[in-house]
Amino acid sequence: MIRRPLRPLARILKARERGENPDSIARENLRLRHEEMRDKARNRAEGRLLVLGMTFFLAFSMIGARMGALANMPAQEPRSTASGSPIIGQRADITDRNGRLLATNFETYALYAQPPQMIDPARAAHELVAIFPELNEERLLRDFTGERRFLWVRRQISPEQMQAVHDIGDPGLLFGPREMRLYPNGSLAAHILGGASYGREGVDSAEVIGVAGVERQFDAFLRDPANEGAPLELSIDLTVQAAMEQVLHGGMVMMNAKGATAIIMDVHTGEILAMASLPDFDPNSRPAVLTTGDQSDSPLFNRAVQGVYELGSVFKVFAVAQAIELGLANAQTMVDTRGPMTWGRFRIRDFRNYGAALSATDIIVKSSNIGTARLALMVGIDRQRAFLERLGFLAPTTVEMVEAPTGAPLLPRQWSEISLMTISYGHGLSVSPLHLAAGYASLLNGGTRVQPTLLRQDGPQNGERIVSEEVSATMRAMLRQVVTRGTASFAEVAGYEVGGKTGTADKPRPTGGYYPDKVIATFAGVFPTSAPRYVIIVTLDEPVETSGAEPRRTAGWTAVPVAAEMIRRTAPLLGLRPVIETSDLAGVTLTSN
Amino acid sequence: MKGLIHVMAALAVMGLAFWAYQENYKTQQALREVRGLHAQIGAAHARLGVLRAEWAYLNRPDRLRDLAGLNFDRLGLLPLKPEGFGSIGAVAYPIPALLPITDPVEISSDAMNPGEEPL
Repeated sequence: MIRRPLRPLARILKARERGENPDSIARENLRLRHEEMRDKARNRAEGRLLVLGMTFFLAFSMIGARMGALANMPAQEPRSTASGSPIIGQRADITDRNGRLLATNFETYALYAQPPQMIDPARAAHELVAIFPELNEERLLRDFTGERRFLWVRRQISPEQMQAVHDIGDPGLLFGPREMRLYPNGSLAAHILGGASYGREGVDSAEVIGVAGVERQFDAFLRDPANEGAPLELSIDLTVQAAMEQVLHGGMVMMNAKGATAIIMDVHTGEILAMASLPDFDPNSRPAVLTTGDQSDSPLFNRAVQGVYELGSVFKVFAVAQAIELGLANAQTMVDTRGPMTWGRFRIRDFRNYGAALSATDIIVKSSNIGTARLALMVGIDRQRAFLERLGFLAPTTVEMVEAPTGAPLLPRQWSEISLMTISYGHGLSVSPLHLAAGYASLLNGGTRVQPTLLRQDGPQNGERIVSEEVSATMRAMLRQVVTRGTASFAEVAGYEVGGKTGTADKPRPTGGYYPDKVIATFAGVFPTSAPRYVIIVTLDEPVETSGAEPRRTAGWTAVPVAAEMIRRTAPLLGLRPVIETSDLAGVTLTSN
Repeated sequence: MKGLIHVMAALAVMGLAFWAYQENYKTQQALREVRGLHAQIGAAHARLGVLRAEWAYLNRPDRLRDLAGLNFDRLGLLPLKPEGFGSIGAVAYPIPALLPITDPVEISSDAMNPGEEPL
């Protein structure tokens, strides 16, 4: 840039000629230069101010516009953009082996109140009590007019009740959506299913959690979204379960029993097709747990899994089977049954005197305690214990229920020779009916170990070998004879070749010793004996049959008729055809022509 | 030439911007549709669940048993019993249909005496 000189020589010379002061020219130029500099600086400052102002204006107007837009936008839930199925309900269904529903979810609403928004608390409380008679009007009114800002009124309400509450028209009464667990079959298979309740609860949703049975055991599976809503398939057959519960209930009432339990199990797969314990409950409104007294009196108590009892003579089968398996006896071996048998200060008696000796088969058929005890003595303590352990009698069952570990067998403190003998005929060792079912299945299915399961299986378990196939067949033949000519004669169901063993065990007193007039009557059976398919266990708690002159309590009169009716009803439902049994014709000799 | 390239580039940018603008809106529309469909499917699932629950409730064994009992005179339904099974040998062969008459013999009762018994 060319700066104009402050003292241009031409003008100074001219001014000097005219006699003027050349300094004034210099001052004038200096002034002009200063003005120019000032204007320039001002322009620059103004430009900067403008840019700055524009920037601020744009920034603020953008924020303002965005805020306005946000304020005017309709409310919208934030959504995750992840793909996948957002449709599946909260908790998977539970079905039986044929896909029929045992438990499902139902959409319902919970009713809550926000007292600060209420217009007429007194009227609202009054009308609510008219809809829900179990509510207390005074308490509601106290809650509505007190300090509380939020309270639940009801956890679940039906659509009709919801409409009725809606019609009250109070803005302080509000509804929150809920998923409710529904058991459409009511009390059917109640102990297996258990029940569900709410976990963490919010206004808009609540967590449904299982509290007992398979609901609790498979809680994680049922709630796992990775299953895409696949139902939990149980091994239960709904129709068989229904028929069994009906017969069992009838039997319990007729035999004046205080409780009853029954199990039908597949001998090869270990699937429990039906399992019931009475008295039962409705899982839709699960009763409260007893806080006082004996838990086994509660309807929540599952006698089949949790109840451990001395089951009596049904255990003789195991002692005899082991003796035969070890080669110590065979079905025809004669065993000394003279009684009473004295061992130390203990005496073992039979129900009646069976003479000097019985064959091993007749020990089972006539149910001789003495004969079984003598066979057990031949077997010995260690081998008996190992055999029962392999059959699963010394540990809780592994069935998929949260209650299973509570059904731990009660073992003798010291496995002495007395224990050896008493356990051989079913006293001194307490196990659950489910243990017995698994034990019978393992022994009679051909001799391989079976673990009870509540999940649908695709094939046989092919477990560890317990006894040989021949011994298994021998035991089935013996059990068949118990029905044809022994203590379980009422169990004969034409066409199904039922075999089984009765057991009548005195109930132990809590204080020690046994009650004289309280028994646990058990029938453990298998059908058909020629090609075993199912094991059935029926146990009645304190039954008494009063049709005769004196009350009868033995299993042959109480549990066996119930079991027979159960087989008659359920075997056709299980798809078993009755077979015509061929027996050797007595007194006919075939001759060739 | 350079000017033409600049103009073409500017046009291309504008065209692409227009295309992106349209795609953006199409995508948003598709997402909205998917959300709507999901909501519909969810509602249908809920309805299906209710229907399944109702079906199971109406078909619960207790109720069917009671209904079978109530309507016994009409339906005659009984629990399945072993006696309900039969063998195929117990089913009678169907009676063969009569063969067609190929040479009919005309008979008449015109010539019958009044007291005579007809065949």
